[in-house]
Amino acid sequence: VDQRGFRVVDVPKPGENMKSLKCLPAALLLSGLMGAAGAQAQAVDPLQARSWAAACANCHGTNGQAQPGMEALAGANKDDIAKKMLDFKNGRKPATVMHQIAKGYSDDQIHAIAAYFAAQKK
Amino acid sequence: MQRRQFVQTMGAGSAFGAMGLVSGCATMGTGGHGPKVVIVGAGYGGATAAKYIRMWSDQGIQVTLVDPNAAFISCPISNLVLSGVKTMADITTPYDNLVKRHGVRMVHDRVTTIDPEKRVVHLASGSELPYDRLILSPGVDFMWETLPGMAKPGAQDSVLHSWKAGPQTVALRKQLEAMPDGGVYALSIPLAPYRCPPGPYERACQVAHYFSKHKPKSKVLILDANDDVTSKGPLFKKAWAERYKGIIEYRPKHNVVDVDAATKTLKFEFNDDVQAQVLNVIPAMRAGDIAVKTGLATANKRWCEVDWLTFESKAAKNIHVLGDAIQVAPLMPKSGHMANQHGKTCAAAVVALLTGKEVNTLPIYNNTCYSFVSDEDVVHVASVHRYDAEKKTMLTVPGSGGVSVAASELEGRYALAWAHNIWADTLA
Repeated sequence: VDQRGFRVVDVPKPGENMKSLKCLPAALLLSGLMGAAGAQAQAVDPLQARSWAAACANCHGTNGQAQPGMEALAGANKDDIAKKMLDFKNGRKPATVMHQIAKGYSDDQIHAIAAYFAAQKK
Repeated sequence: MQRRQFVQTMGAGSAFGAMGLVSGCATMGTGGHGPKVVIVGAGYGGATAAKYIRMWSDQGIQVTLVDPNAAFISCPISNLVLSGVKTMADITTPYDNLVKRHGVRMVHDRVTTIDPEKRVVHLASGSELPYDRLILSPGVDFMWETLPGMAKPGAQDSVLHSWKAGPQTVALRKQLEAMPDGGVYALSIPLAPYRCPPGPYERACQVAHYFSKHKPKSKVLILDANDDVTSKGPLFKKAWAERYKGIIEYRPKHNVVDVDAATKTLKFEFNDDVQAQVLNVIPAMRAGDIAVKTGLATANKRWCEVDWLTFESKAAKNIHVLGDAIQVAPLMPKSGHMANQHGKTCAAAVVALLTGKEVNTLPIYNNTCYSFVSDEDVVHVASVHRYDAEKKTMLTVPGSGGVSVAASELEGRYALAWAHNIWADTLA
């Protein structure tokens, strides 16, 4: 049991089949945890995501429809937006300002914002 | 404003064309459907709130935006008008799109009083605007009482602040153009908090840039009431040392306590008098007059305290306050960018409150502020602010935010793109 009270289990490497885990209860627990995290990510109120995304509009345009000189986000692929933001956040992608902004958001918030912009018309 | 102009404005929002003066009744806005929101002040905060309330209520909430100015003139970028790099036309945007695209009713008038009990706004023209919710985004007004000499006739016409973009921006540019080479331009900065923390230091760079090209023997003297540069200090000091050596002189701990406009002399709390050819005095400031007059400036009688989830005043129900007029949260600057963020957070809350929905419990927004250290090179400061439910305020997110590594032309391009985007987000 770790400090957060979770049971420490072997986390499968990418591509490793869940069924190959020897301890079935641990596997169930793990899938339960993942399910909870997934549900949490989806549980963002759409109006809350809209408000978070609106904070990006100062530079990226209302609903991500940008004026020239700034990257438009409206209708972009949600995985692409999220990957860029996570790369900024984790220092994998150099920037003038976005690495500083991206660090202000949790991964779930980034995914919710990316999904909002992806759903806007270009 | 002129009556003809007013009728045109009313007619422009076609749905409201039949209302108001036509009936001969002094009360405006009694027609139409849906809850009524009145917004006072069409700057970054108020105009943004107007647009987003219309958008997010699917035009279900009536919005009346009151401002005496005929067009929006941006404070950000206005320092570049002083250096001659930009023109007034570059920083001016009409209000047309708020009216045409979003159905905001624009009233060019001045608010005289507010009756929070009856929920009515009184206008200088004698008209009244009833509201369900009122949003005040009045910006700042100056504490002239701290500078007795500025009350003398004509003093405020010759010693300019130019801290509200508009006629004073043009007038200060003319003073700089008229100043003979070898003259001194003295810029005084009040104690924080004031509107736009890095703005005065950017202004010093812009005036020095102009001098370096056209009046190389002239000086920029910065007289700062604060102990040190209040924003982007190392970046500005580097620019002054490397780009404007011999032109800019910075003197901290110089608190102006009086101004003699006739002799162009500044008097200080502790230091010797300073005389200069052009005085540019930025006085201490507080929330705009109408907010103070309505009893909303509860923090030091200067700034308006608000609930950070809704921007509702802590002193009056159904009245929200935005932008530079509020008592800010820790590390939150008084900036146009931030006022725009307030506008959207408040808009979402007001729409929720008027339609029986839940108010967002976790606002998160950012500030990005660009400063031009020359005609093209720019430095920034950025921060991300998140609601803290326990402390009931906005706090910066640990590890986020920061400043530029160095001034760059790339950030110069981003700064101008930022301006065009925020103007569109606020007004188009």
